[in-house]
Amino acid sequence: MTTNPQQMTPLLEVKGLTKTFPSTVALSEVDFTLLAGDVHVLVGENGAGKSTLIKLITGVHRKDAGTILLEGKEIDPRSPRHAQELGISTVYQEVNLIPTLSVAENIFLGRQPLRWGMINMRAVERQAKQLLKDFNVDIDVTRNLSSYSVAIQQIVAIVRGVSLSAKVLILDEPTSSLDHHEVEMLFSVIRSLQARGIGIILITHFLDQVYAIATRITVLRNGKKIGEHLVSELPRVQLITEMLGKELTKDSDEQDENAISKHANSETFLKVNGFARKGTIEPFDLEIRRGEIVGLAGLLGSGRTEVAHLIFGVEQNDKGEAYVNGKPVNIKSPRQAIRHGFALCPEDRKIEGIIGDLSVRENIILALQAKMGWFNYLSRQKQNEFANQMIKALSIATPNAEKPVKELSGGNQQKVILARWLIANPDFLILDEPTRGIDVGAHAEIIQIIKRLANEGKAMLIISSELAEVVEYSDRVMILRDRKKVRELEGNDINENTIMKAIATD
Amino acid sequence: MKSRFIPLLMTFIVFAAMYLFAYSRFSSFGSMRIVGNLLRDNAYWGIAAIGMTFVIISGGIDLSVGSVIAFTGVFCALMIGRNGWEPIPTFIVMLTIGTIFGATMGMLIHYFKIPPFIATLSGLFLARGMAYVLSTDSIRIDHPFYESVSKIVYIFPDKGRFTFAAGAFLIVLFIGIFVAHFTRFGRNVYAVGGNSDAALLLGVPIGRTTVMIYALSSFLATLAGIILSLSKQSGDSTIAVGLELDVIAAVVIGGTLLTGGVGYIIGTFIAVMTLGTIQTYLTLDGSLTPWWIKIVIGVLLFSFVGLQKLLSSRRGLRLFNFGREHNEVQQSA
Repeated sequence: MTTNPQQMTPLLEVKGLTKTFPSTVALSEVDFTLLAGDVHVLVGENGAGKSTLIKLITGVHRKDAGTILLEGKEIDPRSPRHAQELGISTVYQEVNLIPTLSVAENIFLGRQPLRWGMINMRAVERQAKQLLKDFNVDIDVTRNLSSYSVAIQQIVAIVRGVSLSAKVLILDEPTSSLDHHEVEMLFSVIRSLQARGIGIILITHFLDQVYAIATRITVLRNGKKIGEHLVSELPRVQLITEMLGKELTKDSDEQDENAISKHANSETFLKVNGFARKGTIEPFDLEIRRGEIVGLAGLLGSGRTEVAHLIFGVEQNDKGEAYVNGKPVNIKSPRQAIRHGFALCPEDRKIEGIIGDLSVRENIILALQAKMGWFNYLSRQKQNEFANQMIKALSIATPNAEKPVKELSGGNQQKVILARWLIANPDFLILDEPTRGIDVGAHAEIIQIIKRLANEGKAMLIISSELAEVVEYSDRVMILRDRKKVRELEGNDINENTIMKAIATD
Repeated sequence: MKSRFIPLLMTFIVFAAMYLFAYSRFSSFGSMRIVGNLLRDNAYWGIAAIGMTFVIISGGIDLSVGSVIAFTGVFCALMIGRNGWEPIPTFIVMLTIGTIFGATMGMLIHYFKIPPFIATLSGLFLARGMAYVLSTDSIRIDHPFYESVSKIVYIFPDKGRFTFAAGAFLIVLFIGIFVAHFTRFGRNVYAVGGNSDAALLLGVPIGRTTVMIYALSSFLATLAGIILSLSKQSGDSTIAVGLELDVIAAVVIGGTLLTGGVGYIIGTFIAVMTLGTIQTYLTLDGSLTPWWIKIVIGVLLFSFVGLQKLLSSRRGLRLFNFGREHNEVQQSA
C-alpha cells in the first residue's frame, strides 16, 4: 500500500471536527485522513470519541465545527441514509439486517430488480449469489439470514453496503463476537475490498487484529487525536501508552521475581481452575484470599466484565471448576453466587444497578430482602436502622433515607449500590468499574472504602480502566488481553509500567 | 425443507386431516357442492383475514375489522335501501371511507407511536358506534343490482355452485399473494415485521408502509362488508361482533408469526378453509352444537402458538435438526 498521504487526494478527509454535548466535549478538533485502499483502525478507551467521530461522518449526529471532505468535496451528511447515498456505508456490531428474510432479499431490500412491475426474485437471488461469490463466500442465499452465523451476517451486511457503491466502509467492532476462523473469513473480505480501492475505517479493541489487518492507526483519547501512525512503525507498547495516556518510565523496569502479595498466607476464599467459556474468555486460573484485593486490568473489550460475569454465574462456564473455602462449587446463577457470599456491583449502575425512582432506603434494602425471601418482611424500623447505618458508614450525601436515588450524584449512587451489598455482609465483592463517572472527591472516598472493606477481611475483585487506581489498591493484578489472561502480577511488581507491558507484549 | 415452511406445512396437514375426516363421515365432502359452499360461506371473513395477514406479518394487529364490516353493511343498506343510491357509486364511496379510516389508524400508529392494539381498539369502538348511530334496525336492500349479482354463478356438473363471493375471495387471494411476494411494498411489510429498527437503517420507508398496511386491511374489511351485504341483501349493525378474533385466529393457524416477519397469505386461506370445514362438519353432524367450533379454534390456536415457540427457540431448531444450518459455509479461497 502507498504510504505517503501527500501524493494523492485522500478519499476522506476530516479537519478540525468538534462536537459538544450538553455536559461534555465529545470530540475536539480532530483531524482524520483515510486513503483509498487503506484499512485505518481507530482505537481508544471509553469516552475517547471513536463512536462520536463515526456518528458525525455517518450523519447520526451533526457536527458543531470542522469540515468533512469526500474525494476533495465538502459533504454534510444529514442522516445515515444520506451518508450512504454519498458513498459512506456502515456495518455495526449488532447486525442491522432483517433476520426473517433471506440473505438475497436482505442484500436487495428496497432496490430489487423489477420485471413488468414485479420483483424478479430469480435475478435477486442470482445477483446476491454472485456478489457473495466475489468475496469467496458461497452460501445458499435463499435461506433466512438468521440461519447463518454472525460472521456470515456481517459479511452479508458488508456486501449490501458495498454493492450500494460505497467508497468508504465503516466497520464498528465487527469482530467482537466472532471466533478465530470467522475473523479470518471477515479479514479476507476486508482485504479484497482493500484491493478494490475502498477505504475502510475499522473500530476494534483487539490489538492482535489491529496488527493483522490495519495499514494505519489513529489513537483517540478524551475526544482528542493523540497520534496517527503507520502500523508497521508503531510498537505495541507505544500504542498502549498512547491509548492509556501514561508514559513508560525508564527506572522501574526491573521486576522482583520474589514479589508476593502481602496476603500470601491468608486463607483462600475463592479459587477457580481453567475457567472458560467458548467465544467469551479463554481458560484462566484465579485465586483470591480473604482480605486481598485483586485488580483486573486490560483494555476495553479484553474480557474483564466477562470474567466477573463468569465468576458470578451471570454466564455459565463450560470448562473449569471453582472452589469456595476449598470446597468445590457449581455456580449456575447469580442467586447461587449470592448464597455463597458473593456480591457484584455492575459496571453500568443506571442500567443494571439502581432503581432510580425508589428511595435510598429501598435501594439499600433490596438485596437483603431478596436474600431473606419476600415473605420474611423486614420491619420498617429495621429498614430505617440499616439504611441510616449505611448512610453514615459510607457517608452518602443525602438529606434523608427517603430521597429518590436518581436525585443523588453519581458517586453517591455508587455508594448506595455498595451499601446494598454490604448490608448483606458478603465475603467476596466484585466491583466492575466502581469509580467510573464520579467526581474526584467521591473517587478518593470510594477507594478508601474499598481498602477498608479488604482490611475487614473481605475478598475483593475489582475491574478498573484506571491504571493508577489499580496500582494503588491491588495486592495482585490479573491482566487480560484479547479475552485471554496474559499475566498475573503480585506485590511490588505492580506498577503502571509492568501492567502496560503485560498488555502490550505477547 | 426450510424451517420457515414448517408452520405452513402444519397448517396444510391439519386441513388435509380435517377434510379427510369429514369426508370419511360424510361423502358429500367429495362434491363440488360443499367446496363451492365453503368458498361462498367463508369468503367475507376470508377476505378480511388476508388483510389481517399483512398487518400481523408487519408485527401489528387490527381489531377493527369486525366493526368495519358491520358499518359497511349498514352504510350500504341505508344508502341503497333507503336513500336510493346506486350500488356501484355507494361501494366506491364506502371503499374510500374504509381506506381513509385504515390509513388514519396507520398514521396514529406510526406518527403518534400509539400501540396498534390501542389505535385499532379505538377504531373498533368508533366503527361499531357509527354503525349503531346510522341504524339500530336491520335494513333490507331491494335492488335489481343485488338480484343480478346473486345470479352470477357457475354451476358445476354435480350442481355445485361457484358464486360471485367465491370468485371475489379467490381473486383477492391471488392479488394478496402477488402483493406479498412480488412487490417492494410486500417485502417491506416483511422487513418491518422482522426488525423495524434495521428496516429503517436499510432505507425502508417505515411510515408509508405502516399507513398502507392498515389502509389495506381496512380496505379489505370494507370489501368483506360489501360481499356480506350482497349475500345477505341487508345491513345490520349487530353482525360480526368479535369477528376480528376469529380472523386473527385464522391468520395464526395459517402459520403467521404473531411476532411479525414470517407468514404466508396462502396459509391464511388454508386456515380459513379448515375452520370452514369444521363448521360445515358440525352442522351436518348435528349431534354436537356448532359452538364446538370455538373449542376447536382454541385448541388449534394453542397448538400453533406452541409450535411457533418451539421453532423460534434454539432447542426447537435442534429438535427438528435444523441446527446444522449454522456455519454451513464453504470457503473456496
